[in-house]
Amino acid sequence: MSEPTTPARKGQDYEQVLDGSANEVAAFDVQHNTTLKRIQHLLHNNPTLVPVIVLVISLIAFGLIAGGKFFSAFNLSLILQQVSIIGILAAAQSLIILTAGIDLSVAAIMVLMSVVMGNLAVFAGVPSFFAIIVGLFGGVGAGLMNGWFITRIKLPPFITTLGTWSIFYALLLWLSGAQSIRGQDIDANAPFLKFFGASFDVSGARITLSSVLMIVVFVALCYMLNKTAWGRHVYAIGDDKEAADLSGIRTDRTLLSVYGLSGFICALAGWASIGRVGSISPQSFYEGNLDSITAVVIGGISLFGGRGSILGALFGALIVGVFRSGLRLSGVDVLWQVFAIGWLIIIAVAIDQWIRRVSA
Amino acid sequence: MDQKGVGIMEQPVVQARGIVKRYGHVTAIDHSDFELRKGEVLAVIGDNGAGKSSIVGAICGATIPDEGEILIEGKPVHFTSPIEARDMGIEIVYQNLALSPALSISDNMFTGREIRKEGWQGKYLRMLDNAAMEKFARDKLTELGLMTVQSIKQPVETLSGGQRQGVAVARAAAFATKFIIMDEPTAALGVKESRKVLELIQDVRARGIPIILISHNMPHVFEVADRIHIHRLGKRLCTIDPKDYTMSDAVAFMTGAKQPPEQDAG
Repeated sequence: MSEPTTPARKGQDYEQVLDGSANEVAAFDVQHNTTLKRIQHLLHNNPTLVPVIVLVISLIAFGLIAGGKFFSAFNLSLILQQVSIIGILAAAQSLIILTAGIDLSVAAIMVLMSVVMGNLAVFAGVPSFFAIIVGLFGGVGAGLMNGWFITRIKLPPFITTLGTWSIFYALLLWLSGAQSIRGQDIDANAPFLKFFGASFDVSGARITLSSVLMIVVFVALCYMLNKTAWGRHVYAIGDDKEAADLSGIRTDRTLLSVYGLSGFICALAGWASIGRVGSISPQSFYEGNLDSITAVVIGGISLFGGRGSILGALFGALIVGVFRSGLRLSGVDVLWQVFAIGWLIIIAVAIDQWIRRVSA
Repeated sequence: MDQKGVGIMEQPVVQARGIVKRYGHVTAIDHSDFELRKGEVLAVIGDNGAGKSSIVGAICGATIPDEGEILIEGKPVHFTSPIEARDMGIEIVYQNLALSPALSISDNMFTGREIRKEGWQGKYLRMLDNAAMEKFARDKLTELGLMTVQSIKQPVETLSGGQRQGVAVARAAAFATKFIIMDEPTAALGVKESRKVLELIQDVRARGIPIILISHNMPHVFEVADRIHIHRLGKRLCTIDPKDYTMSDAVAFMTGAKQPPEQDAG
């Protein structure tokens, strides 16, 4: 908006006075006079900074309280190992929350698919490789089922996945007969199912393949969300679905792909969980969906969609792991760990709201 | 734009005849005609509920007519979605602008038609070419005299209302090859910002892209429009030349207080 070039027809009478009016473009007062304001701005532009700072502070704090036990390479790699399954689920959950949805069925899909893989490979004698393929496709199918209800029948994601959570849970109880598949049976018939339980040692740290898988999933999603058109569309849909629709994004197709991919990642987590837990238990990870939401929220991804980085969910999962480990090593009762996580969630959401109030 | 007689001879950009759209018992479009000529700004005015949006929607795929034919540059079209119309070079500036607030200016200009990198990165990794998109966005905004925004990477939510409108118009102008539809572009703006948008409309017309302007603001309509399509009770009542009539005439036609002039087919 430089000097207005005199148009052929100069507007209305009342506009003639505009010539005399201030001509510079409305300038906003850009001094952020207080440090607090400046921090608020910085965080608004880099929403992942909050979980990173919290992670670093909690690492230092627990290092000071619990001492060397906590800071050992072994303990740190143990945290990575402990959060790996919930971390992968949190990656799937983040995708959905970025589109302003929520998925209560992630953990049910995960356990259901681990039961499918186990039943096929251990009891039906299907080669492990094929059992895993079936399980992964099953995950995609379960995700697409959620996506279909949400995009075609136009049900809210919360209600849809509340329903499918029960459906998948009932199915997995039926398929497993509410019985666990014992580790020995898996070892004897289908050891490949435990692939992600394998580990290697790096200077005192024991890295399991499930931790590696978690990192790989996050890096891949980070690439897809930030460097491809599909990722832009995911953010645009979460930001304002109607606007995304009008600006030419095929929103339903994108949403469907998000739910399908998220189901795939859940099934991948199901495979990894067999190695991590050592057996297949229908009762495991019953609260996994809530834990995944916790990680996402602590990671600074907005529940209202369209804002936040997927890496935040990784940091969120790690923060939960660090708190659990740190408090345990400091000799604090388990109930206070739960108590602390609860406060973390509330503080994370409060910070998110505060950051959003920034006026640029 | 005074060659009234010549305009009829030339093939219109859009020609719609006998369009009908019913919603249950309500007839939103009742055998209406519509015509947009080359290089003109055509204002569409009408009372609330007259069916302005429906008739314009019919030529951009937002509403699918039950009857009638639509010719674009002489060829019949049957759009089933605005995306199809967009693929043909028809751009719409929506009243709510259809921008994603958290995405940057350049991201918003390219939503749904992103440019991928050349070579294997684009082909196999589907990597976006941000540099190319940012350059294009910057060029387009500069062409329209809109480069007051500090950075093309700025999220749209940090822009003022007028600047957002500018981004939406620039997006339409950058990709439109047939025509642009603008729905109430000045409704939410102040005096100065409205002026800027009116200048933008004239700029775009100067590039030879015709514009359909839906507006309630009579002074703005009379200032920029070459012809005014008056819509009443679901059909085109008449089209008038703003130089031959006053604003009160237009309002009188639109509300039924006065009979429209006798007209030939145009």
